[in-house]
Amino acid sequence: MHITSSPTHSAGGITLRGLQRRFETSTALDDVSVNLPSGRFSVLLGPSGCGKSTLLRLIAGLDTPTAGQIYVDQTEITALPPSQRNLSMVFQSYALFPHLSVAENILFGLSVRRVARAEQQARLDRVASMMGLTDLLARRPAQLSGGQQQRVALARAVISDRPICLMDEPLSNLDAKLRAEMRVEIRALQQRLGLTMVYVTHDQVEAMTMADHIVVMNQGRVQQVASPRDLYENPANTFVARFIGTPPMNLIPVACLAEPGALPEGGMVGIRPEDIVLDPKGLPARLVGVEYLGADQLAAFEIGPDDHRVRVLVRVPARHALPADGHALAWPDSAEHVFGPDGLRLSALLSPLKEPSHA
Amino acid sequence: MHRDWGHAALLLLPAMVLLFAFTHMPAIQTVIDSFWSTPRGRRPSVFVGDANYRRMLADPIFLKAMSNNAVYAALTIPASIALALAMAIFVQGRIAGRAFLRMSYFTPTVLPLIAVANIWVFFFLPGFGLFEQIREALGLSPQNWIGQPATALYAVTVVSVWSQAGFFMIFYLAALQNIPDSLREAAALEGTSRWTFFRRVTWPLLMPTTLFLSVNATINAFRTVDHIFVMTQGGPNNASMLLLYYIYEIGFRFWDTAYAATLTVVMVAILAIVGLGQFFLMDRRIHYK
Repeated sequence: MHITSSPTHSAGGITLRGLQRRFETSTALDDVSVNLPSGRFSVLLGPSGCGKSTLLRLIAGLDTPTAGQIYVDQTEITALPPSQRNLSMVFQSYALFPHLSVAENILFGLSVRRVARAEQQARLDRVASMMGLTDLLARRPAQLSGGQQQRVALARAVISDRPICLMDEPLSNLDAKLRAEMRVEIRALQQRLGLTMVYVTHDQVEAMTMADHIVVMNQGRVQQVASPRDLYENPANTFVARFIGTPPMNLIPVACLAEPGALPEGGMVGIRPEDIVLDPKGLPARLVGVEYLGADQLAAFEIGPDDHRVRVLVRVPARHALPADGHALAWPDSAEHVFGPDGLRLSALLSPLKEPSHA
Repeated sequence: MHRDWGHAALLLLPAMVLLFAFTHMPAIQTVIDSFWSTPRGRRPSVFVGDANYRRMLADPIFLKAMSNNAVYAALTIPASIALALAMAIFVQGRIAGRAFLRMSYFTPTVLPLIAVANIWVFFFLPGFGLFEQIREALGLSPQNWIGQPATALYAVTVVSVWSQAGFFMIFYLAALQNIPDSLREAAALEGTSRWTFFRRVTWPLLMPTTLFLSVNATINAFRTVDHIFVMTQGGPNNASMLLLYYIYEIGFRFWDTAYAATLTVVMVAILAIVGLGQFFLMDRRIHYK
């Protein structure tokens, strides 16, 4: 009756306008204005301390902004208490009640809100079977594995049947294999229930694989809002360029290039490691190190004049060993990302961003 | 293997000697003494069977001390635990002067009970004590709180609660700070009221602490009689006589060591039963992490 297998929630679009959160000695968030569309999977991505968790807590109502407004479906909720915002949340620590059984944990919210017993049971049965928890309902959280605890936390969010679900680094306590499984599971759940998901992570793999769109943050400010593909192909500034992609994009100061041409003085040229090829006609380079990865190897080169040496990583197939010297590097013009002296992308006109940039 | 046992025994020896000499031996000797008469002058101790126990059951002061102690325990245990919890919750929140408040609540614990009991005597003093001045301001007649049988026991009870609640608060404060904030936040998202959260989450998670404190409070109710020495000496008319104070009087004022040993056996038995009972009874309802 409440939870069906087709997307039911059309509500739940979140709009943030000029949000700021200042602490006594620091500013955690500054001038954040983003749309998190309804029914989509939005990821807040950034290094630790960038303000992404603070932003999530502001949306949840667990913290209050010092300036700015939060809207859900055009209704302002900035001053509402958490319980009236019609959203659920999964905490990094799962926040399971250690003295309650799995069933009691999942039903905690419903029983606090005095939902009828019969309905509680019906919803518990459905959610437990959906999350594969039916056999674990009598256990205590301490008797569950990390992955099972994670599922209970998810079930507690799902059973509330609210259109918005917030997740604060929910997979950071799991091992790598389980994390990969849960990524798929959470994404499938979000699509099946049509949830508006706001997912905080510092792991770009999670962000790239799960998100409909990603909000990249650094030092309390939004750097770029874009789909995973757009983010990778058209980073809006040098921070996003370096942050997205492993290994990170090479940023070469224009001064290091032999023929700068029309490139701006003081700017940077960004080239992904996989876009560079070994070509005798290219820029002469000195091999300084090789990291063997199996299918590929990462070769570190130095290029540029002696007073402007810059290190460049190149991803090359691992089948052939690299000779010690005599290398030269080349790349197609289309692989160049050009950034101005202020770090902002200049080739935006060539490949326009789908979403407005807030950088 | 043999050498290991030898080493182990040698390492245990110092502790064992101390434990036997000062704990186990006296305890066993006390039980034995309770079946013998008190040696006096040239009359040596003789075996009297259960005579001491029969005398005890017929002793009106012993019975009075037992019922006093029951009232005293029934009041001090819940009152000091409830007060400790209330203070801990109060000073855990973000309030101005939190450190100062915590310190004030803890102060009674670091002060010697003998010394503060003297101050409490002044509080209770008829005529110009603290409570009397309040009563006088309200137009009530003066009372001799520690000098009249009807109120003496309750006066010493108040001092006992006051002196141990601050100590208990520290344990509750530590337990409260072990409850992660995320539990409160998860409950807040569901619209849980503060009282519901306390009843369904905080209180169950504090149960191990509560058990620990109630065992301690029970032991204290029988063990801590310092303030009786200063305030009432068990009087008037045995109105504030507690078991341990009675044992002291019999043993060290009247030197009736055999009867004192008999009373001691009773007290140790009571404490053992209460302690075991609390563990087994409450164990089922307690969540241990």
